[in-house]
Amino acid sequence: MKIPSMPGRVGGVIRFVVTTIITLLLLATLTFFLGQVMPVDPVAHLVGPDADYETYHATYLRLGLDQPIWVQFKLYLGRILTGDFGTAFLTGNSVRADVIRVFPATIELGTLAVIIGAGLGIPLGVLAAVRRNRLSDHIIRVLTLLGHSVPIFWLGMMSLLLFYSHLHWVGGSGRVDIFYEGMVPTRTGLLLIDSVMEGDWEVFESAVRHIILPAAVLGYASMASLCRMTRSFMLEQLGQEYIIAARVKGLSNWRVIWGHAFRNIRVQLLTIVALTYAAMLEGALLIETIFSWPGFGQYLTHNLLMGDLNAMMVCVLLVGLIFITLNIITDLFYKVFDPRTAR
Amino acid sequence: MTSQITTAEDLQEQKKKKSFLLRTARSPREALLQRVALGFLEFTSNKLALIGALIVIGLIIVAIFAPTIAPFDPNEQNLSIALQAPSSAHWFGTDEYGRDIFSRIVFGSRITLYIVTLVTVTVGPIGLAIGAFSGYYGGIVDVIVMRITDLFLSFPSLILTLAFVAVLGPGLEQAVLAIALTGWPQIARLARVEALTIRKTDYVAASQLQGASDSRIIFRDIIPMCLPSVVIRVTLNMASIILTAAGLGFLGLGAQPPAPEWGAMTSTGRQYMLDSWWVVTYPGLAIMVVSLAFNLFGDGLRDVLDPRSN
Repeated sequence: MKIPSMPGRVGGVIRFVVTTIITLLLLATLTFFLGQVMPVDPVAHLVGPDADYETYHATYLRLGLDQPIWVQFKLYLGRILTGDFGTAFLTGNSVRADVIRVFPATIELGTLAVIIGAGLGIPLGVLAAVRRNRLSDHIIRVLTLLGHSVPIFWLGMMSLLLFYSHLHWVGGSGRVDIFYEGMVPTRTGLLLIDSVMEGDWEVFESAVRHIILPAAVLGYASMASLCRMTRSFMLEQLGQEYIIAARVKGLSNWRVIWGHAFRNIRVQLLTIVALTYAAMLEGALLIETIFSWPGFGQYLTHNLLMGDLNAMMVCVLLVGLIFITLNIITDLFYKVFDPRTAR
Repeated sequence: MTSQITTAEDLQEQKKKKSFLLRTARSPREALLQRVALGFLEFTSNKLALIGALIVIGLIIVAIFAPTIAPFDPNEQNLSIALQAPSSAHWFGTDEYGRDIFSRIVFGSRITLYIVTLVTVTVGPIGLAIGAFSGYYGGIVDVIVMRITDLFLSFPSLILTLAFVAVLGPGLEQAVLAIALTGWPQIARLARVEALTIRKTDYVAASQLQGASDSRIIFRDIIPMCLPSVVIRVTLNMASIILTAAGLGFLGLGAQPPAPEWGAMTSTGRQYMLDSWWVVTYPGLAIMVVSLAFNLFGDGLRDVLDPRSN
């Protein structure tokens, strides 16, 4: 989401708030609309197939389905604001409790993947820019192009086949070996941190062996896009005159690249990293299915496949919210850290 | 291209074909031909892009001649030869029903091509038209369109596609529609930015002064100028369309069995993967090669059509 250029600070803030609110409203409208046209009867879903007409009608009225559509929309907005999303058909818990339960697993996986992706992608991107059109640039280019082109679920399966089934280097599916399941009390929901807090190194080791492969596969995908962006940002900077000035001053190559050129792309990179982090949710959807990772992506696809479209739409709404929030945060980052846009 | 201009004098004495490329165009049609020819030369000098283009052409040929190329019927079951490893009879092995995987992949190219073409044909023109109108008129129309595209772009494409598939139901046509519904905002965004700059140019002002109608200006002056960048974007999008379609197929929401869709093939092969690696390896490889080809092709096209990228 790009905010248009801002004349005047107060005007800018107002505009920013207004556009954000409009986008959020549109998001609610979209999910509401999709919920309306879904080929599922929400009442039958709630009361079950054996309910008599009285129960059915009472629930129908309770849900406000006899109301005009804008009243229903208002009710829907109210439900979003209070976080009351009804019960999930699959687990019998409230959707809110479910989401809170599954989210940490995805956060853990996604964070590690972004760390791997950024840790490899950014230095490789800088290297590719510095060694432009040399052999190392071409190799990196092929690596990133492959990362853009490979179907991530297939890469996950292939790596499972190789590293788990043949080489036995890593653990298989799930977050931890089955006999360690539930050994550590849940505090943060992040198993790696929980096991360290508990001092249970056996569980920690098992958790590391399980997370490393899905995180590496996801990380490779994010590495590809980060590397590409870093390369083009760096090329832009390296073509500027201040780089020539720095070289003329006699600075070492290292200081020109990291001290001058790289310093100027840090804010841009931060934005891209944040967006990659959000995009991780998409990869997580497929990767969690492959690795039976009990996270958000698996929850979403399970609900979709089992026909619990209400719970699924809540997940979609959440993903939209996360994306919009991250966009706002990166916009703010830009304004705070980049003097050219801060003004 | 610059090197050709500097050596113009020497080259003019050479072949006729070269001199055609270098002489001053005598008609608009000749100028267009020259640009196409130069672009073609530049494109073919880029090896990676050429490889990509060749693979794409290969895919089209395979899809057209699938019945001749495939040695077996893609849906013919023979349980006595189920899950056989690759051999000279079955190049990529057989799946759990004894179907020849190579033949299935060959026929699967038709599905892939079908999805890519259909999505592109719908998304390209619609996105272009919406973007051009919104950029040209500006004002409230522009604000509304941009907020809607903002919303669509604020989702990872697969998740929004899933939401649409949830409404439309699983199936090949539904998958195409869902991918198209999530795809147009990108194109519209791009076309709008181009239209915004073009509408301030002198030749648009000249058209307006001559009394050309808005729709004439949009279709004759603005849309042709937006085309290059839109074509590049659309080509690069083809790779992600393939990946999204494969992802949907993998989740069981795209083409339904027994259709030999590549993503669905990896999905059903998953349970036999540990003992029979070939069941998932080859369909996945096919997805990767084709999507890589579209990426390379799109990159090469960008170098030719978009001088700003260099």
